[in-house]
Amino acid sequence: MMTAVSDQLHGASSPDALTREEILASRRQLRRRRLVALGLVAPLLAFIIFAFFAPIATMLYRSVYNPTVVELIPDTLAALGTWDGTGTPDEPVLTALAIDLKRLANERTAGRLGEEFNRALPGTSSLVKSTARKLRRADDAELAASGATMLGDIDERWTSTDLWNAVRETGRSFRETYFLTALDLERTPEGGIQLRESARIYIPLYIKTLRIALVITVLTFLLGYPLAYYLAHAPPMRANLLMVLVLLPFWTSLLVRTTAWIALLQTNGVVNSLLMGVGLTSEPLEMMFTEFATIVAMTHILLPFMVLPLYSVMRGIDPSYMRAAMSLGSKPIPAFWRIYFPMTLPGVSAGGLLVFIISVGYYITPALVGGTDGQMISNIIAFHMQQSNNWELAAALGALLLVLIMVLYWVYDRLVGADNIKLA
Amino acid sequence: MSAASVNTTPTSAPVEPGEPARAAYLRFTDVKKSYDQQVLVVKGFSLDVAKGEFITLLGPSGSGKTTMLMMLAGFESVTSGEILVDSVPLTRTAPYHRNIGMVFQNYALFPHMTVAENLGYPLKIRNLARAEVERRVGEYLDLVKLGDFGERYPAQLSGGQRQRVALARALVFDPSIVLMDEPLGALDKKLREQMQVEITHLHRDLGFTVIYVTHDQSEALTMSDRVAVFNDGVVQQCAAPNDLYESPSNAFVADFIGENNMIEGEVASLGDGTAEVRLKAGAVVTARIGDVTEAGEPCIISIRPEKLFIREDAPGYENEIEARFSVRHYVGDFIRYYYHLADGTEITVKALNDAAAPKVTVGQDSHLVWHTSDCFAFKPL
Repeated sequence: MMTAVSDQLHGASSPDALTREEILASRRQLRRRRLVALGLVAPLLAFIIFAFFAPIATMLYRSVYNPTVVELIPDTLAALGTWDGTGTPDEPVLTALAIDLKRLANERTAGRLGEEFNRALPGTSSLVKSTARKLRRADDAELAASGATMLGDIDERWTSTDLWNAVRETGRSFRETYFLTALDLERTPEGGIQLRESARIYIPLYIKTLRIALVITVLTFLLGYPLAYYLAHAPPMRANLLMVLVLLPFWTSLLVRTTAWIALLQTNGVVNSLLMGVGLTSEPLEMMFTEFATIVAMTHILLPFMVLPLYSVMRGIDPSYMRAAMSLGSKPIPAFWRIYFPMTLPGVSAGGLLVFIISVGYYITPALVGGTDGQMISNIIAFHMQQSNNWELAAALGALLLVLIMVLYWVYDRLVGADNIKLA
Repeated sequence: MSAASVNTTPTSAPVEPGEPARAAYLRFTDVKKSYDQQVLVVKGFSLDVAKGEFITLLGPSGSGKTTMLMMLAGFESVTSGEILVDSVPLTRTAPYHRNIGMVFQNYALFPHMTVAENLGYPLKIRNLARAEVERRVGEYLDLVKLGDFGERYPAQLSGGQRQRVALARALVFDPSIVLMDEPLGALDKKLREQMQVEITHLHRDLGFTVIYVTHDQSEALTMSDRVAVFNDGVVQQCAAPNDLYESPSNAFVADFIGENNMIEGEVASLGDGTAEVRLKAGAVVTARIGDVTEAGEPCIISIRPEKLFIREDAPGYENEIEARFSVRHYVGDFIRYYYHLADGTEITVKALNDAAAPKVTVGQDSHLVWHTSDCFAFKPL
C-alpha cells in the first residue's frame, strides 16, 4: 500500500493500478469521444427540437392558453373581477366595457373580440361589432360618465347574465373549455360539467376514426399477409420484381394515388362503368365521397406498411421450422397455425401498429374522397385550423388524438410488448 | 461390421462373403435426383441399411448428401428409384406420415414454445394422453440430461443444450429412422466432441437407426457403423470407418479421408495384389493395387504421412525414396516434416513427438521408407 502511494506520488506506474495521470488522460479521451459523438448528432437534434418538439409543445400549450380577450379588454376584466356570476355586473364594469369597445372600434379589432365571445355564446359576434361601430364616435367624457346606460340603450343583451358569464369565461387566459368542447362536454351555469346539450360531434367522430382505422388495419392484414408470404417464399428474382410493385405506390405521390381512386370510384368512373357493363347493376353506385371510398383508398395506400414488416419477418424464418413440424408429424395447415403464424406475430403487430396509428391521423385521403360521410378526426382538426379559425379547439382535438394514440400504444405494449415489434 | 450389401456406381465396397446378411430395414434402390431434368444431383444411389445401424453420408458440400437426406425425409421428391422402409415404398408418402425424426443444423426448435412443449408437440399430434405426453417428455429430457429445463424457452439455452433438445425431440415419438443434418456444425470443437460421445451413447442404448450427414470426416469416422463417401452425386465407397481409412477404394476416398501423400507415377507391372510403380521422381516402388487395372497406365500412389519413416538404414521396409527436407511444423503431440521429391512433389511425414523424433536440417537429403502394405496404386483423379 505504502509503495503504491509513493509510486503514484512519484508518477511511476505500479503494475496493478493506474496512476493519476493515466486516469486523467483516459477520462480526457472518453470526454473527447463523447463530444465528437454529440457533435455528430447535434444538427439532427437541433432540427428535431425545432421541427418536432417545439411545434407539439406549442400546440399543447395553445390548447389551454388563449390570451386574446385578456389583451383586448383588460380594463373590463379587471373591473369584472368581483362579480358573483348572477344578475348584471355593476355599472363601472359596463362603463369599462363601453370604453374598451370604443378603443377596439378605432383599432379595428372588435371583430376578433366578437369572434371569441361568439364561441362561448353564439350570436354575440354581430352584437359586439354593431355596438362597437355605434360607440366609435362617442364622446370620451360622456362615455366615462354614462357608458353603462349607453350600452344598455344600444342593446339590452349587454345586461344579460349569460353574456357576462361568456365574457368572464373567455376572459381567462388559461382555459379547459377547448378540451371540454373537444370531449363534447360543457359547463353548467352552476360551474359543474355535463354532456353538451347541443350537437355532440367530436366523440362520435373519434369513435368513427378508430373504427375506420381498425377496419383498414384488418383489411391490410388480410390482403398483406398472403402477399408477404408469397413474396418471402418466391425465388429471389421474382420476389424482387414483386417487391418493386409493392413499393411502387410508395414512390408515387399520395395525391396522385388518391386522385386515381377518384377516377375509379366516381359516379361515371371505371368501377361503375364496369359493373353496369357486365350488368351487375342497372344504375351507378354512389361510392365516391363515402366512408367506403375512404376505407378502400386508405387500405391501398397503407398496404406497404403492412407488407414490409411482415415480409422482413417472414424472410427471417428458416424453412427448417416448417420442415421440423412436418417431420414431427404435423400436417401443413396445423403446422402453419401452430408454428409459422406465431413466429410471424412480431411482423403482424409491427405492421398493424404502423397502419393503425398512421390511419388514425390520416388527413389527405379522407379529405379528397371521403365527402362528409368519410371524414376522420384529422379533417375536423384541419377545418378548425383553416376555416373556423379556432386554433385552440384544433389544438385541443390534436392533443386528445396524441393522448389517444399514446394510450393505445401503452395498451399494446402491455398486451403484446413493444419488444416484439420487428420492422426489419 | 455390417454385411448389408452395397451396390453403388461406379465403385462398390467389397462385400464380405460368408457373413450372414442382416435384413435390410431401409433400402435405397437406384435413387436419382435432378432439379432440371438435365443435371443429376444424385446419381443412382443404392444402399441397404440394417435396423439400428448408424450410417453417415460424408462428402464435400454440393456432393448430394443433403439432397439424399431431404428425399428420405420427404421434403424433396425422388426423380427416379425407390426408397423402402421395412419393404414398404416411402416415395409417395407425405413427410408428416413418414414417422422419421430429424435433427436440423440450426436445431429448428420452435422459439415460442418451451422445451417441454417442443418435445410434447409430436406426441400431442399423435393424440397421446396428457399424462403419457408428460411422462415421455420427462423421460427424454432426463435422457439428454436436461430434466430441469422443461419450462425454459430455446432462447434461454446454450448451443449444446439446444442441440440436446433437438435430439430429444427427434427421438421422443419413436421414429423409425432418425436423420441428422450436420447437427453439430454450429458447436465449437470441444462441445462437438462431447456431443459426439453423447449421440454415440444414445444410439447404443436406444438402438435407433441413424442416417447422419456431415462434411466433418473425424465426426463420421468416430460415430458411424458405416460411412458412405459422396462425391459428385455418387457414392465413392461405403464401408466401416477402419476399412475406409485403411483400404480406400479409389483416389478420391484416399485423398478425402484423412491425410495422404499422392505421388504420381506409372504402373510398370501388375503382380498378385501388388503393382510395381515407376515414380516420376525416379524410384520404383511396390504398392497394393487400388483400382489400377493394366500395366503402362498412369497412376498415383498414396501413402499416409504417419506410415512414412525417415531412416538412413532400413532393412525391414520394402520401399524407399530420396527426398529433401524443407520445413518442420511442431504440432505438439506429433511433428510434421515437409519434404520435396526430385520432381518437386511435396511429401508430408508425421512422426510422434518422442525421443525417436528425427532431427533434420533444412536442405538435408533423407531417405523416406515405408511398407508395401501401407501404400496403394490408384487411377489418377
